[in-house]
Amino acid sequence: MTHPPKSSAPPPAGAAGVPGIPAQPHALPVSPAQPHARTAPAVQPAPPARRTAFAEGAERLRAAATTEPGRLRIIGAVLALLVLGFGAVTAWQTSTRAAAADDVLRRSQPLSFGAAGIYRSLADANTAAAGTFLAGGQENAKSRDQYEKDIRQAAAGLVTAAANAEPGSAAEATVARLNRLLPEYKGLIERARTYNRQGYPVGGAYLRYADEKMQKHMLPAAQALYTTENRRLDADYGDATPYPWAAIALGLLALAALGWAQHRVYRRTHRVLNRGLVAATAATTAALLWLVVGHAVARSGLDGSYEHGIRSLNVLHEARIAALKARGNENLSLVARGADTVTVGGQTYDAHYYEFDKDMAVLRAALSEAARLADDGAGTAPVTAAQSDTAVWQRRHAAARAEDENGNYQQALDKVIGAKGATAECFDGVDRGLERAIGHERAEFRQAAGDGRDALAWLPQGAAALAVLGAAGSVAGIGRRLSEYR
Amino acid sequence: MDARRARASLRGWGGVATMAVLCALALAFVLLLPCTQRVTAEPGRAAPRVATGAQARADDCTDAEAHERTLAPAGADGPTIEAIRARTGAKRKLVVGVDQNSYRWGYRNPNTEGARLEGFDIDLAHRIAEDILGDRNAVQFKAIPTNQRIPAIQDGRVDMVVRTMTITCDRLRQVAFSAPYFRTGQQVLAPKSSAITGYDGSLAGRKVCTATGSTAYAKLDADRKAGRLPGSTDLSTTVPNQLDCLVRLQLGEVDAVVTDGALAASQAAQDPTVELKGEAFTTEYYGVAMKKDADDLVRRVNRVLVDYAANGWQKSYDDWLSATLGKDPAASKPPAPRYLSGS
Repeated sequence: MTHPPKSSAPPPAGAAGVPGIPAQPHALPVSPAQPHARTAPAVQPAPPARRTAFAEGAERLRAAATTEPGRLRIIGAVLALLVLGFGAVTAWQTSTRAAAADDVLRRSQPLSFGAAGIYRSLADANTAAAGTFLAGGQENAKSRDQYEKDIRQAAAGLVTAAANAEPGSAAEATVARLNRLLPEYKGLIERARTYNRQGYPVGGAYLRYADEKMQKHMLPAAQALYTTENRRLDADYGDATPYPWAAIALGLLALAALGWAQHRVYRRTHRVLNRGLVAATAATTAALLWLVVGHAVARSGLDGSYEHGIRSLNVLHEARIAALKARGNENLSLVARGADTVTVGGQTYDAHYYEFDKDMAVLRAALSEAARLADDGAGTAPVTAAQSDTAVWQRRHAAARAEDENGNYQQALDKVIGAKGATAECFDGVDRGLERAIGHERAEFRQAAGDGRDALAWLPQGAAALAVLGAAGSVAGIGRRLSEYR
Repeated sequence: MDARRARASLRGWGGVATMAVLCALALAFVLLLPCTQRVTAEPGRAAPRVATGAQARADDCTDAEAHERTLAPAGADGPTIEAIRARTGAKRKLVVGVDQNSYRWGYRNPNTEGARLEGFDIDLAHRIAEDILGDRNAVQFKAIPTNQRIPAIQDGRVDMVVRTMTITCDRLRQVAFSAPYFRTGQQVLAPKSSAITGYDGSLAGRKVCTATGSTAYAKLDADRKAGRLPGSTDLSTTVPNQLDCLVRLQLGEVDAVVTDGALAASQAAQDPTVELKGEAFTTEYYGVAMKKDADDLVRRVNRVLVDYAANGWQKSYDDWLSATLGKDPAASKPPAPRYLSGS
């Protein structure tokens, strides 16, 4: 064993103040105060100075708790704090939920709807462009106006989306991309029209290039925007619907404390009612009931708006987009005139007819899902109408395709964009039905989500006021008892 | 011990199995080889010889004289022609596969009643129908994409294809061709203001557009690898249809287009600011494609073509092609037809 030379030296200053104790090398660096405090508590002034304010307060509390007035004061303070805390947490939790519910109704759902609108306008413009192109020099004013209207709507929708996108977000980048692509697309369409009017087949090539731009770049971007906005909607729902457990727990705790305090008063004084405490209990109970009932109503409203509104809307949007894409492909197969093919499993198909079949399958599936989700006659009727139009469309399309494949181009064209008995009628019917169904579901959503949001209205303020009342009541009640000691 | 022996015997079987798989693969490869070469026929390359009876006619075939491998003309009706004639009512038509997008060859003119099909190929189809069915309008046109020309014939969806189709040895193995009705060759198309002078060093660093799977792409790719074309020529832009190249050219996404001179001329006809640059750098012949065993139909079409060369060809050329290919048709006129000896 080797000790450093210091250990054998005289003890340092700390130990010097304790003359009775011989220098102990092992205990030296640790705490000479410990043995000292044990041996001579009175002479040591250091410990009180080192104690924390909390410890000091606890000490004073313990001292106060030895007398009845002191205890009453403590009880009063605790009750008031509990009730106020309950009120504060309730106000906080319900106001965040109310804000989220308001966002669902006024911000995220309209934005999601707007993004779906951008997608729809773009797809519809593409469909209308192919339609007017097919009509050639005889293009009618209606489909041309439709195309222009769609482009305007898409542009307006992009402005709204841009205004609501956070700087630097993915949504902003997507909107910027779409803003760049839209004029490019429109330029290609105008060139296609010009060449087509002159009778040059390169017009069709331009239209196919524009369509490629739409299908490969613009619609996926619009889809991404829609997904982003829907995620925001889901997040707002997620913020609006969870139970405010902290507030409920605090409310129950406050009620229990109030009950206990009244029981204690009764035991000590045999007085059944302490007005202040009764008032506090009543106020707290009212706030708690309001909280639970209000939130339950809001939650059921919001859940209903999701179940009956948003889910139907999502499916209906999907159906509408599938119908638009199918129509676009039907038109484009006649524009491309066999220039685009796909090979699947060794079989070669016309690319646009192949896509058409896929789109129609999506449309049928979405429509039957929408019919399943529709919960009243007003919601079911337009979906059923769209379903029957889809069936007719499918039949007429088969006839038109047979004409096209047999080389009867004009007959095929008549069966697709003609006035009577053409697939155009069926598509218009499907689109109209879906538009009606979307309008109906959107109204249902607004109603339910509005009810849900209104159930939370005034709850934060009311809970805060009631809590103040309750705290005042408990303080007054305890004060009444306390005054008996003066 | 046992395990090791089992593994050893397994290894033995593994070898046998591998051999079997390799044999099967080799067999499959040999059988599928003609299929894989349907589209990317490359002129000037000696055709691989396949010594089976059915393909005996394709033996010794070189693309330079592939257009001479057709049957001598005759007017006799055979089973194929009789089957066409036996069609009744609205179906009594010659079914012809055509293009609807090649300006001045086969395209729908949107400014005619019913967006009529027009062009050089269409005229020829009418002429053949007139000869076989006695009515020049007894034609049912079917639009078929480039890569469907051969399957459409083989599946019997069309009686013949008249669609700017080059006669090659690879195709001769799958379908029969008539005598040539047009001479063309790969050619460069570029804006008039461009510094590109033709199929040469001026393409260095330029972007060239071709149709996916086309003869043009195969030729360019081979020439670039062989050093006959500058290595910096960018061939990465390929499109579904040759006409899409004109779109890319007008949008400035490519600097030049390479396709058949006849089709390049049809592109130039739609845009006065582009022109054919330099001479054609290959020689190709368009023929009417028919089913492989339709000997009577091939002979009949060849007889029509002999008449057509004397009477009709020139008018059709003047109507559709002289504006862009020049008043003098010498470069486009097919050579005097030669047929398989003894046929």
